[in-house]
Amino acid sequence: MSVFSLHINGNKQEVEVSQGTPLLWVLREHLGLTGTKYGCGIGQCGSCTVHVDGLAIKACTIAVENVSQGQKIKTIEGLSQKGDHPLQLAWIEAQAPQCGYCQSGQIMQAASLLEANPHPTQQEIMSHMNGNLCRCGTYLRIIKAVKIASGGEISKEL
Amino acid sequence: MSQTTFIPSQISRRKFLKSSAGVALFIGSSGLLSQLVSCKNEQQVKAIIEKQKLTAWVQMDTEGNVTIYNPAAEMGQGSMTSLPVIFAEEMDADWSRVEVVFSPQEAAIYGSEGWGPNQKVMLSAGSRVTNGYYNMLRRAGAQTRLLFLQAAAKKWEVPLEELATQPGEVVHKLSDKRVGYGDLVSSLIMPEELPEINEEQLKNPKDFRLIGTFVPRTDIPAKVDGSAQFAADIRLPDMLYGVYERGRIHGAVPTLKNETAILGLPGVIKVVSIDHAIGVIAKTIEQALSAKEQLNISWSNPKAKGFHSQDIYETYQKVAAGKQQGNVVVDKGDMKTAFKRARKTYAYDFKNDYVYHAQMEPLNSVVQIAEDKNSAEVWVGTQQGFDSKLGVPGVLGLAPENVNIHMQYLGGGFGRRSMTDFVTECALLAKEVVPSPVKLLWTRQDDLTYGAYRPLSLQRLEACIDAGGKLSGFSHMIVGNGDNLLASGIQNEHYDIENQHAELRIVPNETRLKHWRAVGHGPNKFAIEAMIDLVARDQGTDPVDFRRRLMQKSPRALATLEKAASMSRWGETLFEGRARGVSFLERSGTLSTGICEISLDRDSGKIKVHHFWTASDAGVIVQPDNVKAQIEGGIIMGMSSVLLEQITIVDGAVEQSNFNDYSILRMEDIPESIETALITSSNTPQGVGESGTPLVAGAIANAFLALTGKPLLHLPFTPKRVLEALNA
Repeated sequence: MSVFSLHINGNKQEVEVSQGTPLLWVLREHLGLTGTKYGCGIGQCGSCTVHVDGLAIKACTIAVENVSQGQKIKTIEGLSQKGDHPLQLAWIEAQAPQCGYCQSGQIMQAASLLEANPHPTQQEIMSHMNGNLCRCGTYLRIIKAVKIASGGEISKEL
Repeated sequence: MSQTTFIPSQISRRKFLKSSAGVALFIGSSGLLSQLVSCKNEQQVKAIIEKQKLTAWVQMDTEGNVTIYNPAAEMGQGSMTSLPVIFAEEMDADWSRVEVVFSPQEAAIYGSEGWGPNQKVMLSAGSRVTNGYYNMLRRAGAQTRLLFLQAAAKKWEVPLEELATQPGEVVHKLSDKRVGYGDLVSSLIMPEELPEINEEQLKNPKDFRLIGTFVPRTDIPAKVDGSAQFAADIRLPDMLYGVYERGRIHGAVPTLKNETAILGLPGVIKVVSIDHAIGVIAKTIEQALSAKEQLNISWSNPKAKGFHSQDIYETYQKVAAGKQQGNVVVDKGDMKTAFKRARKTYAYDFKNDYVYHAQMEPLNSVVQIAEDKNSAEVWVGTQQGFDSKLGVPGVLGLAPENVNIHMQYLGGGFGRRSMTDFVTECALLAKEVVPSPVKLLWTRQDDLTYGAYRPLSLQRLEACIDAGGKLSGFSHMIVGNGDNLLASGIQNEHYDIENQHAELRIVPNETRLKHWRAVGHGPNKFAIEAMIDLVARDQGTDPVDFRRRLMQKSPRALATLEKAASMSRWGETLFEGRARGVSFLERSGTLSTGICEISLDRDSGKIKVHHFWTASDAGVIVQPDNVKAQIEGGIIMGMSSVLLEQITIVDGAVEQSNFNDYSILRMEDIPESIETALITSSNTPQGVGESGTPLVAGAIANAFLALTGKPLLHLPFTPKRVLEALNA
């Protein structure tokens, strides 16, 4: 067991776990940031997507020691103060979630897109979001929500 | 509206009410009960709840706030909004003051009668939730409204007939007086006998303010900021973590070879042997998972060994050809004579492989047994069931009333969460470490390999055309394992075919099976709808025209067909390389026609679906936007299963293990559009959650037939199978 110091959502937090522990378990089970979800454990579904220094990464595939040298970690809980990030509001407007389990990861993945590319095309949205699975099949509404948040044109089909 | 966030440490199992403010009203199976109790008197509230057969209850306070206790599971289908909307509509509640919380899991109190006479069941499955609670919630809402009208009539000393309600208030137009429901709460009087509410006293659907309008789902705000609580998110003081190794072959019995070594691993507290698995309890999840990887287990040779899923079709074909008749489900007219007199007969075999639920939240639960071992607390996302205590009392030897189920959001259900294996397994762990709570987590690999799949089956269809060119006979035989899981959707009640026969031939095997969204409708409607097009095409008839004739006696079915055809402009000239296919079905009372447009990469064999149109008649639509979301999602899930999904079993062991080798549809493969039309009617709401999914296979197969002239006969339509079909 070792003590790791993490910068999460603007706070410094210490956690005592074994080296090699996935960031996902540290966030969820040790620190109680349960908005980040476990879906597959092998980086295939994106339910655990968080930001590390602004980049979207899958928290199940990164070990705690690789994010404890001052990297800034952001989870869904830290995306906005009051759940009012433009993407969160757009997600509500589009009534995107169904079961909701994958949606934290979807929103974090979309947030990293808009930070790099504030006005993505539909094609750019689709290729950026392709690593995030949704079993309820909410993809069309996710695209719509990203477009609402980025001021893009909403085709009538969406 | 505020979202209820459940904080385990604050929950007392005897705490029934959110607060002690205001009054509680109780809803029985035929409407409101004649009891009105101050919420300050929690003992009396509790006594009524325990004595009476209730469906739900409602708490109203003097501020005008209304708390509705929702009896159904919320797995993304929107019950957390649609059921309260029905009650609030008739009560004329101010929706902005309504809060919705999960009711405790007590079937005798909250169960729906929609599953059968004289039986109260809490079960969120088969798309039956809205349908099952609709009438009783309307009656109860209307009676509640009447109580407010009576209280206002007394207060103002005016005749009841002069009063009306606006959302959240009673209005006396003649004197221009109005009073909020909250201000009337303390003067509500419950008559000894509540007046019966007849159909005319319910709102005319044209006066609905909530039903049929856009009401944002109450669960969505918490689902975009990470605060929505699933069972996997529960954390309790001193909570331990449990995992199991269940082996690769169902039915194998484990013997652990290195228990001492495992017990010596960091954090490991207990090793637990159960019939089908070895469990490990550890201080942290990562310690439990690490210990699981190091288990050295020898497995017995179970019956399932030697089973090869892809070879079983040969056996099924022999059974289909055999003389031994199975369970006859439909026997209408005289098939033999119809076939004898036929001008032309057709026969095709259709196949479908095993499919996995793949709900995004892997199975899990949390169980804590009290120090005196007389009671247990369970936190779980469940589709509920005929045993609303989920098998836990049996496993722990407790009385059902001493097991308290705390319902959480479900990260997808699709039928898998109506099983209870992931709950009883956790109880068996918790029993070993009383009074510590244990969180049992199934990894994705566990969830997939120890899944319970939609059954594989062979479907032998035969049809005949009479001298007049009419479809005169239709025969459908299913060979497989799974009884009713295979049979749903085999009927063709909306097609006017004089002679019909449907039969089930069961060949048992050891594979675990379960309802999967729309159950047998997926495979059966695929076979039926593909067969219809094969016949229509051979007869030189347009597939929509062919169905029009078949639907002459079912105007509701025909209306969905006409609507979908007109939405898609069926018959218009398409881009080169594109084609369309149509399919129709009935599921949980909803009638739907779907049309899709596809193209094909003839080199890779990959089918691209460009557009999907659906038209549905589902009775009264409580929440139109949510119904559309259900149909859109159902079609995406249908496309996923039809184009990609396949569980294969070799020598009894499932070959796939995770999303790397069991693909589900990703964003790049969705259609450009899914257009859904809802045909308005004033009939009781029907189930929609499962109506989209089984439309897909037939529509894609029929579009493929139109595009290539070749049939697709085996689900899923993987690129390899598509190429084989093309070259056949």
